[in-house]
Amino acid sequence: MKAKKKKTLAQKNAIAGYLFILPFIIGFIAFLGYPLIESIQMSFSEVTVGNGGFSMRFIGINNFKKAFTVDPEFNRLLTESITGMLYKVPATLVFSFFVALLLNQDFKGRGFVRAIFFLPVILSSGVIVGLEYNNTLLQGMEDVVKESGSNSSITATLQSILDTGGMGSKFFGYVFDILDSVYDIAIAAGIQIIIFLSGLQTISTSMYEAAKIEGCTAWESFWKITFPMVSSLILVNIVYSIIDFLIRTDNEVMEKINKTMSMQMDYGFSSAMAWSYFLCVMAIIGVVSLILSKKVYYYE
Amino acid sequence: MSRASAKIEREKFWERNRKSDGYLLKKTVSNGFYKIARAILLFGLCFLIIQPLLNKISISFMQEQDLYDATVISVPRNFTTFNYKLVDQLSSYWTCLRNTVFVALLVSVIQVAACTLVGYGFARYKFPLKKFWFACVMLSILIPPQTISSSLWLHFSFFDVFGIFKAITGKTINLQNSMAPYIMMCIGCMGLKSGLYIYLIRQFFRNIPKELEEAAYVDGCGKLKTFLRIMLPDAKPILTSCFLFAYVWQWTDSYYSKLFLGKVKLLPKALTSLTGRLGDYLTSMYGPGIMASAAYEQAMIATGLLMTIIPLLIIYLVAQKGFVESLSQSGIKM
Repeated sequence: MKAKKKKTLAQKNAIAGYLFILPFIIGFIAFLGYPLIESIQMSFSEVTVGNGGFSMRFIGINNFKKAFTVDPEFNRLLTESITGMLYKVPATLVFSFFVALLLNQDFKGRGFVRAIFFLPVILSSGVIVGLEYNNTLLQGMEDVVKESGSNSSITATLQSILDTGGMGSKFFGYVFDILDSVYDIAIAAGIQIIIFLSGLQTISTSMYEAAKIEGCTAWESFWKITFPMVSSLILVNIVYSIIDFLIRTDNEVMEKINKTMSMQMDYGFSSAMAWSYFLCVMAIIGVVSLILSKKVYYYE
Repeated sequence: MSRASAKIEREKFWERNRKSDGYLLKKTVSNGFYKIARAILLFGLCFLIIQPLLNKISISFMQEQDLYDATVISVPRNFTTFNYKLVDQLSSYWTCLRNTVFVALLVSVIQVAACTLVGYGFARYKFPLKKFWFACVMLSILIPPQTISSSLWLHFSFFDVFGIFKAITGKTINLQNSMAPYIMMCIGCMGLKSGLYIYLIRQFFRNIPKELEEAAYVDGCGKLKTFLRIMLPDAKPILTSCFLFAYVWQWTDSYYSKLFLGKVKLLPKALTSLTGRLGDYLTSMYGPGIMASAAYEQAMIATGLLMTIIPLLIIYLVAQKGFVESLSQSGIKM
């Protein structure tokens, strides 16, 4: 019999560590890595589903060509959802940071208010978002109200006032878009508020006290203490918001991909669209986190 | 007695105010204004968030004629619970509810168990390629599930492990329409938002002091026993959080359940097919050509939506602390 070789502690630890993460490794390879590679393959080929299996025929970049040049919707949906993201994500960030600051203060009924603000976390997921999205009744009611009363919405009136001032009307258009969609933003900001709140709670009060004794105003201590201390969370939240915005169920590109796959059974084309979309998302996240990670301050 | 002391307080206040050259008064007043402004703002935002919910509740008790009546805004004139009965009948609510409770429980328990193991492994052990595997966790959060869904779908339709089944029976197995694919994915930490749970749990375990673990080893605990006896009881808050999120998100999920749980009757799916069923029902009752009006369809959806989320609201009200507190205390860091 061969004598058993003694293992070092580090080796034992490595084995134990691998045993613990084994489920993930298997799952990752089987249900993410492999399908990922295969879907790249699919996006370059024509997929035919036959009896007892499916076969792929390599057709080069025809699927991508189809997505960007032939398909009437894809380009428009892609640019729309990316520009939508460009102003909605900052708005979500500002809103959630602001609300987290408010909720971190001490006041009566704080628990209750917090409970309401986190309600969207459970209510704005999955099927509910999709159903809210095409709420034709509300739309119809709004139209009726607009026709019957000469009083248009506050934002529209404000907008017309500001527009006559000749200032950059396009910029104001975006601002008012944000104001109009404050409900969407409030609904989408639940997790971000939790993350900011968790960051705010880790800042020790002694810092603020010291700043106050030194003569800092509240405004100064916000920019010199609060903001740098949670700056790393801003990065986390930006990445989270981008992902959340781009892959939620009511996103139009996602809807189109799903439809192409389940209704038209065109797996190659849908994979090509999904990959172009995913690459756009990754590029945006990469650029944003590259720029921001240099400015983020880590406190240890 | 108390009035007298209040009077003294007030006198003291004016005296102190005089001493501080009016600074105290200014500060008290501006503080008061700030508090009022904050209260109004918070009230407004809270109202903004729950208004759609209240709106749905009032709509769900209305009869059809109320929906078109411009004078009826939020209190129904013809109060009825017929909408609820109809939704129950159309979507076989109680079967769906039972299935959803069961599936969500099963899935979330498996998910949290698998993610706890993995998160613990990442947090407490050093092993080669650790950074690479953690990057893979990040990747699994980043990749939209739609990117790989077509490939997954085909694979579960023609399921095989290295061609073993085909060699034995001559056929691949169709796992579609059974729960097996999704359960397998959950065990492999690839379920709905599994990556996020791994990340959160790892974050929590990283903050436990090393001394605790070492003391356990010195006292003769093995690696597994240390995990089960020392670490797990400590991690209760974060595990409850993750479990609650997994449960709730699974409950409302339509994407994975549509893709993998085709045959199981679940609430979210019943909800999406509700309007179609309503049309069928009206046709069968009043003959062909009778369609539900858009407004009534919306009222039915509102009712169905309420019936879907009422159990969730109850869970949320009971376990509200568990949802948020442990998350906001654990300190999420990059």
